[in-house]
Amino acid sequence: MTPILEVERLAKSFSGVPALIDGRFRLEAGSVHALCGGNGAGKSTFLKIIMGLLERDAGTIRRNGHEVDFAGPSGALRNGIAIVEQELSPVPAMTAAENIYMGREPLRSFGRIDFATMNRRTQHLLDGFGFAIRATDLMMDLTIAQTQLVEIAKALSYDAEVIILDEPTSALGEAEAEHLFDAIATLKAKGKGLIYVSHRLSEVFSIADHYTVFRDGRFVEDGAIGDISKDQLIQLIVGRPLSEEFIKENTVGDQVVMRVQGLAAQRGVRDLSFQLHQGEILGLYGLMGAGRTEVLERLFGLSSETAGRIEIGGIEARILRPKDAIAAGLAFVTEDRKQTGLVLSGSVRENLCLSSLGKLSLGGWMQGKQEAESAANMIDVLKIKTAGDAMGVENLSGGNQQKVVLGKWFLTEPKILLLDEPTRGVDVGAKREIYRVMSDFARAGGAVIMVSSETDEILGMADRVIVLRDGHMAGELTREMLSAEELLRLAA
Amino acid sequence: MTMTIPNSGQILQRYGIFIALFVMCLTLAVISENFLSTRNILNVLRQTSINGILAIGMTFVILTRGIDLSVGSVVAFAGLVAASLATTSATGMVGNGPYPALLAIAVGMAVGMACGAVSGVIVSRFHVPAFVATLGMLSAARGMALIYSGGRPIPSLTEEFRWIGTGSVGGIPVPIFLLLGTFAVAHFVLTQTRFGRHVYAVGGNPHAAKVSGLPVRRIRFTVYVIAGALAGLAGMVLAARTGSALPQAGIAYELDAIAAVVIGGTSLAGGVGRVTGTLIGALLIGVMNNGLDLMGVESYYQQVIKGVLIVAAVMLDQSKNKQD
Repeated sequence: MTPILEVERLAKSFSGVPALIDGRFRLEAGSVHALCGGNGAGKSTFLKIIMGLLERDAGTIRRNGHEVDFAGPSGALRNGIAIVEQELSPVPAMTAAENIYMGREPLRSFGRIDFATMNRRTQHLLDGFGFAIRATDLMMDLTIAQTQLVEIAKALSYDAEVIILDEPTSALGEAEAEHLFDAIATLKAKGKGLIYVSHRLSEVFSIADHYTVFRDGRFVEDGAIGDISKDQLIQLIVGRPLSEEFIKENTVGDQVVMRVQGLAAQRGVRDLSFQLHQGEILGLYGLMGAGRTEVLERLFGLSSETAGRIEIGGIEARILRPKDAIAAGLAFVTEDRKQTGLVLSGSVRENLCLSSLGKLSLGGWMQGKQEAESAANMIDVLKIKTAGDAMGVENLSGGNQQKVVLGKWFLTEPKILLLDEPTRGVDVGAKREIYRVMSDFARAGGAVIMVSSETDEILGMADRVIVLRDGHMAGELTREMLSAEELLRLAA
Repeated sequence: MTMTIPNSGQILQRYGIFIALFVMCLTLAVISENFLSTRNILNVLRQTSINGILAIGMTFVILTRGIDLSVGSVVAFAGLVAASLATTSATGMVGNGPYPALLAIAVGMAVGMACGAVSGVIVSRFHVPAFVATLGMLSAARGMALIYSGGRPIPSLTEEFRWIGTGSVGGIPVPIFLLLGTFAVAHFVLTQTRFGRHVYAVGGNPHAAKVSGLPVRRIRFTVYVIAGALAGLAGMVLAARTGSALPQAGIAYELDAIAAVVIGGTSLAGGVGRVTGTLIGALLIGVMNNGLDLMGVESYYQQVIKGVLIVAAVMLDQSKNKQD
């Protein structure tokens, strides 16, 4: 039987960094096919290309045996492919019905939209799936879970042959997820093909018929779910044993440098308590949306939530804005260095000195010499590969940009470093140097809290790991207890 | 199911602009006995018509997160081109004019649409920020107006053409009909048609619009064509009213148009707003100008007061966003 979707050797790079090297997939009609892989395995890139949201560099896509090439999502939709994206994307000021029927609104005379029919059909659709949402509800009044249900209903309403569900349950409760699984079973019985992406392996084993595993942008293996155990699948996803890519020479001291009690943060993070010791690298692990970044934002005074007590060095620190956090000795290397870490149009020196302008100036006048010395020092210590401190940061590689962000914070002489995905989009060599910097910082008596979705990185660098699930602490693992399987088990 | 009972703050936000207009009218009616005279009311509406027509076009653009700074220049350019076809004077006449008014009007609209189309292509296809693209058009269209007219006014327009500016039907000036007609069509398009809903979708969440298969580029392009067409119409009404087209016409008109849109509650962030609000916003500016005139306030002060009003309206809009 010809597969309804067949993909071979799909490849895509972003400014020279490969995100997908060899993507392959075979989807049969009337089946649910799980696409598995860790963060950075290339799944999202793969799906975006299929949907026409990204252009591929190489590879072929066949629908029912015919080669296709979509210029945009409208092409994919016309060809019977629909997607529920991982990042929810509603139009907030429009109703659920308007969102679902966007681009194919039913019409009556004079080109008027038939709102009555649209609302009726939407209500029928939502009721049919057992989703408790009104067609006329504005998207901005819905909860995240309801928003996700609307997006799911939308994808299913296209009556597409190929339906892609990228982490569809990440914001759903169990009851809502059950409704979704019922809907999936119905669609399967109708002969549709579903591509299902989820980190929750228990879901994969309960609803999928086939699996395909990607790792580091490459196809690894596919097969029938019945022929593989959960442990084997985790092994395939996690892949190679830990290599020598990590550098870890710090030792955890006895002294508690930070004590957090009853902390609340956005995304429903509640009642989080933990301690951080001198010389320690504490890992913060969890699935997308578990509230990891939000914890760091709260600690750094970037959150509207203020509940919870933070003690630094035995003294309560009231952190309401980043200025308070910096004064308390915290530094925050954000996840998205281009958006929030760097002034991209600035030079290496300007960026390095950005957070220490007070120290490097006298009565408002910048002290050029001190500035140059500080920058030169950081370029040297962090081995930043740049033609000079006047070079624009946008011309540096991802790894060197990340080192500039680190250097910027080191100049403020922090005691505690908050790192959010410190090696995302960074090549292997630069990764190693960033691990070296982390290790040295902790060895010199600092403490690090590191958020990472890369299991390897957590296993390689963390002395202790807190696993978050839906905003709550799902468990705490010491280095002896750490394993990829245990992390996944607690997080999912 | 819960019924949400709007609190006073929400009522103020939703109907604030109506209340503001009402209070202003009431105050003026008390202060000046002339304000409520039929003559004065028609005068206000007639004066509002040009800004109102421009502001309605601007609403489409702003709803998609864009802006059109060029409409004032397009007013002059389109007005001059139409006038050159409808003048009886040798100065500025094209070919063996004057031509029928309908032809002149059609060409004037086409000139406006062409200017809008150029901005639209630059914004939608070449991803130049709307501010920059239309700033360029502001300068270029003004230049073309000066080139086309040799820097001189085109006088002596035909009576037939002047009807759209000075005529009246049943005692009501034609420009008011044009404004209300434009409003009715725009309101219908934005609330009832697919294209209208897509304008909101593109402004509310461009990514969602794209993933839903909407022709995002074409929608972005079209709103600038609409704004250009309406700028052309406004330019012709202006020329028809004064009897001659001037290359300096319409300077800074874009600012009043944007002000009307913003005061009317349309968000510069896109996706939220109504053309009803824009109409009321334009009326508010018109009534305010008229009232300050009636009270004998100098026009210099009027500008300051208008400035305060615009900023106050946006501050209200911001506080609304914060609550969400």
